[in-house]
Amino acid sequence: MDFDGLLRDFPDLTTTGLAQGAIYALVALGYTLVYGVLRLINFAHSEVFMIGTVAALGTWQALGYNQNSSVGGIGLILLLLLAGLAAAVVASTLTAVAVERVAYRPLRRRNAPPLAFLITAIGASFVLFEAVGLFSDNLHIGGERAPFGMVTVIKPENVISVGGWDITNTQILVILSAIGMLIALDTFVNRSRLGRGIRAVAQDPDTAALMGVNKDRVILLVFVIGGIMAGAAALLWNVAYTFSRFDVGFLIGLKAFSAAVLGGIGNLRGALLGGLLLGVVENYAAGLFGGDWKDFTGFVVLIVLLMFRPTGLLGESLGRARA
Amino acid sequence: MRQKLARAFGGIVVAALVFGGAACQAGEDSDSDSGSGANAACGLKIGFFGALTGDAAGLGIHMRNGTKLAIDQYNKDNADCTAEIVEYDSQGDPAKAPALATQAVGDQKVIAIIGPAFSGESEVADPIFQSGTLPTITPSATRPSLSTKGWSVFHRGVGNDESQGPAAGRYIKNVLKAEKVYVVDDQSAYGAGLADEVKKVIGAPAGEDKVAVKQTNFSAVVTKIKNSGATALFFGGYYTEAGLLLKQLKGAGWTGTMIAGDGVNDANFITVAGQQAAEGTILTCPCAPATEAKGTFVTDYKAAFDNAEPGTYADVSYDITKIVLEGLKDGKSTRADMLAWIKAYNKAGQATGVTYKFESNGELDPTQVLVWAFKVEAGKVVPDVEIPKA
Amino acid sequence: MNAHIEKVRSRGASMRARWDSMPRQVRWVALLALIVFLYLLPNRWFYINLWYFRTMESDMATVLFETAFFVLLAVGLNVVVGFAGLLDLGYFGFFAVGAYTVALLTSPESRFDIGWPWLAAVPAAVAVTMISGVILGGPTLRLRGDYLAIVTLGFAEMIRLYASRNEGIANGQRGIPQIPHPVPDVKGSDGQSLFGVVDARPYYWLTLTIIIFVILGVRNLTRSRVGRAWVAIREDEDAAQIMGVPTFKYKLWAFAIGAAVGGLSGALFAGKQSFINSDSFQLTNSILVLAAVILGGAGNIYGAVIGAFITWYLPEWVRGIGGALGLEINVAEYRILIFGAVLIVMMIFRPQGILPNRRRAAEFADRRQEAAPTEAST
Repeated sequence: MDFDGLLRDFPDLTTTGLAQGAIYALVALGYTLVYGVLRLINFAHSEVFMIGTVAALGTWQALGYNQNSSVGGIGLILLLLLAGLAAAVVASTLTAVAVERVAYRPLRRRNAPPLAFLITAIGASFVLFEAVGLFSDNLHIGGERAPFGMVTVIKPENVISVGGWDITNTQILVILSAIGMLIALDTFVNRSRLGRGIRAVAQDPDTAALMGVNKDRVILLVFVIGGIMAGAAALLWNVAYTFSRFDVGFLIGLKAFSAAVLGGIGNLRGALLGGLLLGVVENYAAGLFGGDWKDFTGFVVLIVLLMFRPTGLLGESLGRARA
Repeated sequence: MRQKLARAFGGIVVAALVFGGAACQAGEDSDSDSGSGANAACGLKIGFFGALTGDAAGLGIHMRNGTKLAIDQYNKDNADCTAEIVEYDSQGDPAKAPALATQAVGDQKVIAIIGPAFSGESEVADPIFQSGTLPTITPSATRPSLSTKGWSVFHRGVGNDESQGPAAGRYIKNVLKAEKVYVVDDQSAYGAGLADEVKKVIGAPAGEDKVAVKQTNFSAVVTKIKNSGATALFFGGYYTEAGLLLKQLKGAGWTGTMIAGDGVNDANFITVAGQQAAEGTILTCPCAPATEAKGTFVTDYKAAFDNAEPGTYADVSYDITKIVLEGLKDGKSTRADMLAWIKAYNKAGQATGVTYKFESNGELDPTQVLVWAFKVEAGKVVPDVEIPKA
Repeated sequence: MNAHIEKVRSRGASMRARWDSMPRQVRWVALLALIVFLYLLPNRWFYINLWYFRTMESDMATVLFETAFFVLLAVGLNVVVGFAGLLDLGYFGFFAVGAYTVALLTSPESRFDIGWPWLAAVPAAVAVTMISGVILGGPTLRLRGDYLAIVTLGFAEMIRLYASRNEGIANGQRGIPQIPHPVPDVKGSDGQSLFGVVDARPYYWLTLTIIIFVILGVRNLTRSRVGRAWVAIREDEDAAQIMGVPTFKYKLWAFAIGAAVGGLSGALFAGKQSFINSDSFQLTNSILVLAAVILGGAGNIYGAVIGAFITWYLPEWVRGIGGALGLEINVAEYRILIFGAVLIVMMIFRPQGILPNRRRAAEFADRRQEAAPTEAST
């Protein structure tokens, strides 16, 4: 155990942990929304995120920017960010909707049990990441599933430096965007007409249907929102970590799902809290015990917390607490 | 298009193999040396054993290509008396290895195995090969203990971790003269093994940490390295994690030099890290630079595989496959003969320039093990210096 | 399309009805023939006649052994998921615990270095996994279904992450070599130990025998008071509780029994493999076992067996079949993609699994009826 090291690195570990946690939180939203409405763990959501990262990367490469290019000028940076965002959001949303159409809707029509949904979700996840894996295989020569490198859109620079506490521009971008999107989504769900529909279906699908809410449309909307959030997370991921690969979604998905449960699955604010908490705790653990205990500690925290608060930090609430 | 053609071709070859295999099931054992060449053994198979799909395929495929290139060239020169490659795709998983190894042992036409590529699967597969006295030469399984288990069929075409690790340590100490060195490994047997050997040479590091294979966010370890004031970083592991770690480190403003082993000595390392970040990185390899050797391996490889750069160990695979092919040419048609041929072999390889001469335990003759340092310059891995022994 | 599904369903139902209406003796003979077939299967002279159904590019006997331990896992998980209705996403964790317990107790190269014989280590492995099941289940079985899923998944990942540490007792990727094979004293006809390195048949026969015993045990259990309690819990936990079923106790039982079977499977694996390291315990394996159980039909032991057989044997078989059929592409490269697609299609057309549990099939029929009006309206 390295208490001195932890103390020395504490500020940096906090900011980098928050930045990682912000991305967990955005992906966690997809899990939490779908769970809140359908009571279903959408296993394929990690691949929705992965497809977003690959789409943004592909767009940048099509525009002529690869891992060796340097990007200068605020105009160009904005252009790349917007192009990447558009590509990621569109690709992720389309994937999310496709998964809903192909893997979930037919089951819903037949009123299949929850376990069947879980298995189609796993199946969809396999299909998606293998498809991208085979595709990346064809991109590079030699039949190898190579990792994708990509352009560094925003070069990390310290913008705030207080007594050894460095915060970089990318970290600020990632954290603020994530919080901003969560606030927007929270407002949408709680204030708008469509949001009321989501809450109604989450609370009681049958009664909501009787009251004239189109259940299928609400479910579609939920997947669209999840896709948009995953696309945004994918762009932020690309900016912060400048890397993708066909299996990049797996670990992020696992962590995001844990974050959603940690905060209280079905609870939007819980997803943010859970994501940030998980990101920070993991970093502290890596600082204190060493990098090999990082993921381990994340799961320990999750399990211990569930034992004492079985419904997560903020409880399940989509449509329930503030309905 | 070419990829498709290659696959189609592969499919046909497999089809021919299966139908052929089924057709001559009965006379399998008798017709193995009914070749038309003067004296050479014809129609035999050389197995390649390693990961061709799955997570570890990146390393396996280049080795397979090296083996395939050697066999294709041989078949072109000896069109009337050819050899075949059989691929055993272990996915790098020790649990998948026994079924494939048993299959290889059962197929009497398989005369030698190039592989197993990784140390973990070697632990499981080599005892099976031993029981069928099927000779193996591994291009890349570098765990030192593999040669101590009494497997007479085991041969290693490269130096093990005990040759490369200390050399990397000496480079850090004597050439870079770095005072504060941070050591990170990826907890893999390969990466941790190298890091341990490096630590033995350089003494107490400025700090050490572990990451995980497939990790993508290195913020915690980046913070630690940056705040430790280290000027050099040794990374024991593979290219993806190395590239990401270096890119994030440089992004956080670290200006030191990264040193890594042959698992990072791959064109993909520069793809992941990007040219700017990768610049100046030192990569060691228990191999000589291809330009030092006489052969045309690199150009041949690029011509055969769609202009791909030969990855790590592709050259070793090529050379050790040639050992077996020369044996076939010499008429070694049984496994026992081939084993004796490999044990007695003593000649320089074309691609690596290393003289292949094996000790009785299967290790490459230590005087033949060269360790070179390579440097990343302008997006290319170029030879730097040969690291002197001790 | 729906009409077609109905037809397929009714065909399945009528097959079952025909099987049920056969005389008892005929059913016994058929079952016996199947068992004999399974025992003969790994012999080369036997499977060579199976035309395209055998594995072309990997050793049939070894693949059968691997399929068998996977089947055993599915039978164990079926108790947890199928009978008690507890969603366990980290079942492979117990398999790892069992395998590592055997490795640590038997291998002279493990950190304990006590060198027990394999046979003595197996009960220990089963006990350890059972205890770890109780330790994990004790606090978490009070959680609702989906939370249990993430907790079990977290448990399996923790085991794997710990196992991949070099400093831990599991030795990380370096692994634990020299795990002794089962019962070295039993000699084969050639004077060598029956459980050797190359021939996988004895291991397969051993595993097959164990599977048969485990199936008999589980079958009797489900027909007892315990089994009825599980069904009650699965259908409606609250109602069961009110009716006086000690739900927690029976859930814990299911969890512990499942864990023990998983540990047994791990012990067999370690004994055959004689070397284990952290590479063999990836999270995907947990998901594969679950997929196998649900594919086959959760709640039906034979369904779980068939599901597991398909899940493990099919990809190995696919390795060689592309070539055998003269296809242009290398099918092996697409095996995971194909498996994923099969999962989706299967669940859409037969959500109750290949061989559904009878009671569950009835539930599905009810649910389908409920769904019918909404379908008409949209």
